[in-house]
Amino acid sequence: MAAYLIAPTIVLLAIVIGYPIVTAIIQSFQKDPGLDAATGQFVSGGFAAVSNYAHWLLQQCMNASGNTIACPPGNLGSGFWNATGVTFFFTVVTVALETVIGTWFAIIMNRTFRGRALVRAAILVPWAIPTAVTAKLWYFIFSVAGIANALFQSHILWTSDTWASRFAIIIADTWKTTPFMALLILAGLQLIPEEVYEAARVDGASTWRTFVTITLPLIKPALMVAILFRILDALRMYDLPAILTGGGGGSGNATTTLSILVVKQIRAGYNSASALSTITFLIIFIVAFIFVRVLGTNVVRTQEAQQKGTKA
Amino acid sequence: MSSTTAGSSTTVATLIPSRTAVRAKVRVRRKGSAQRVRTGISAIVIVVWCLLPFYWMIITAFRDVGFTYDTAFWPTHITLDNFTTAFSTALGNHLGQALLNSLFIGVCVTAIALLIGTFAAYALARLDFRFKGVVLGLILGASMFPGVALITPLFQLFTNIGWFGTYQALILPSISFVLPLTVYTLTSFFREMPWDLEEAARIDGCTQGQAFRKVILPLAAPAVFTTAILAFISSWNEYLISSQLSSDATQPVTVAIASFAGSQPHQEPYTAVMAAGTIVTVPLVILVLIFQRRIVAGLTAGGVKG
Repeated sequence: MAAYLIAPTIVLLAIVIGYPIVTAIIQSFQKDPGLDAATGQFVSGGFAAVSNYAHWLLQQCMNASGNTIACPPGNLGSGFWNATGVTFFFTVVTVALETVIGTWFAIIMNRTFRGRALVRAAILVPWAIPTAVTAKLWYFIFSVAGIANALFQSHILWTSDTWASRFAIIIADTWKTTPFMALLILAGLQLIPEEVYEAARVDGASTWRTFVTITLPLIKPALMVAILFRILDALRMYDLPAILTGGGGGSGNATTTLSILVVKQIRAGYNSASALSTITFLIIFIVAFIFVRVLGTNVVRTQEAQQKGTKA
Repeated sequence: MSSTTAGSSTTVATLIPSRTAVRAKVRVRRKGSAQRVRTGISAIVIVVWCLLPFYWMIITAFRDVGFTYDTAFWPTHITLDNFTTAFSTALGNHLGQALLNSLFIGVCVTAIALLIGTFAAYALARLDFRFKGVVLGLILGASMFPGVALITPLFQLFTNIGWFGTYQALILPSISFVLPLTVYTLTSFFREMPWDLEEAARIDGCTQGQAFRKVILPLAAPAVFTTAILAFISSWNEYLISSQLSSDATQPVTVAIASFAGSQPHQEPYTAVMAAGTIVTVPLVILVLIFQRRIVAGLTAGGVKG
């Protein structure tokens, strides 16, 4: 019975995810078609062994005479480690900021005060706006003559300077995604019974001490799940940098994430792009695996516990 | 420990209010009002931070293009020209078509995901079977799958079979992230439903069909509806896959807005883009605010970003 009910979902997911991933892995071991260096003839590829992976990981390119050389600057291959660094930098900074600010949002929303409904409604607004629109909105705010520079009387090149463009993306992402983080943390906060806080208050614990010794340990499972989701989401970041800075800034790739690099590569050669997208997928998978193993986050169980809690 | 001190002092305090007890009471009251003020200020900061950029988009949308960089915080130089520009096909802005495309793609994706996902969610929430944890983990993993890993092979496949730029080429990949979200959110909702009522209805003489129609369906409808909204929003907001696989005729609004042309040559069409952004966003925001409570429940249940 259960098998019949679940089969359509699994089959459909196998078609839309399983098929592409298997194809991508097979293709990643094929050469991209191009001109054969020795004969000058057009060749349609062939088995490439791991050369596509070496191209990205070890920055190996073919020169005109068919020898393996280090990729020259400007070649997409030489941008791999830069893109990896940028992706992880964005992930660490945005997730850290969103966790701290999101926790603060959640704590405020968990208190009873007049206007709480307004706060809860307001934080849904950034979440509901499509990332593409968010990117355009901040592109305008961060334009040279835009409101950000006008407000701070500055002349920062928010979309072309190396670090300014990175921070522009971090600010925009934090604005857009903190509400989502706050809602997940709030769900965890609401499970803490009021009596626990009352007991702390009677014992004369300070606000900070209450937070560190009671709130934090009790919301840890919810917090860990929220952080895990955010990390996996940030590692595949594409829309915001693609639209806000075009992956540019600085010498031209200050905000190029791995996803942007894959998209740039698609039109330059499927098979090499497949290798890069497989690498990206593996990086995300490994990060998730480490996170779950090291921190012992059980996503499914935490969520189940949360639902039982809200039901009670 | 201090609670026992407080207890003993109150017994004394019934006769003579001890100085420490009075001081402690004052401190609590002061702390209470100080915290109220801090909460209030925090709340205002949060609301302003969340709404100000959105507000800025809307007032810019109504601002004359010649005053794009006006820094007044209230609406000035009000005009509707930006909306005309946004819909101007003469300038190459196919916003009208793009809105229809997004709507069509969103409805198809949502319908397919709900139709198929409801069965899976029912099984995951109600039935016990082997590999249940594996299936749940698989579906959760699928929702975290990076979109770029899909577009490379799909780009090639769709080009080869002549689907490039068609609606089905945009609908199918979207299912890869909408279906897991649907199943996961619905499963959470279904777990919370009072299924005992179904049995009660049967005992009271309903047939299985009647029990389903009269008891389960009305109970499940809000859950399914909320999930539908979340599914639709996540499809409506999708950009990466559409930006690579759509053509001018089928591109959704997110792609259209990212490549916008303005009424003034050699000038970034900020005001027109803000107008388009307003059109795309405001219906969504209204929808979200109306169903706020349920959407928050769905979001935290699914735990998946829309």
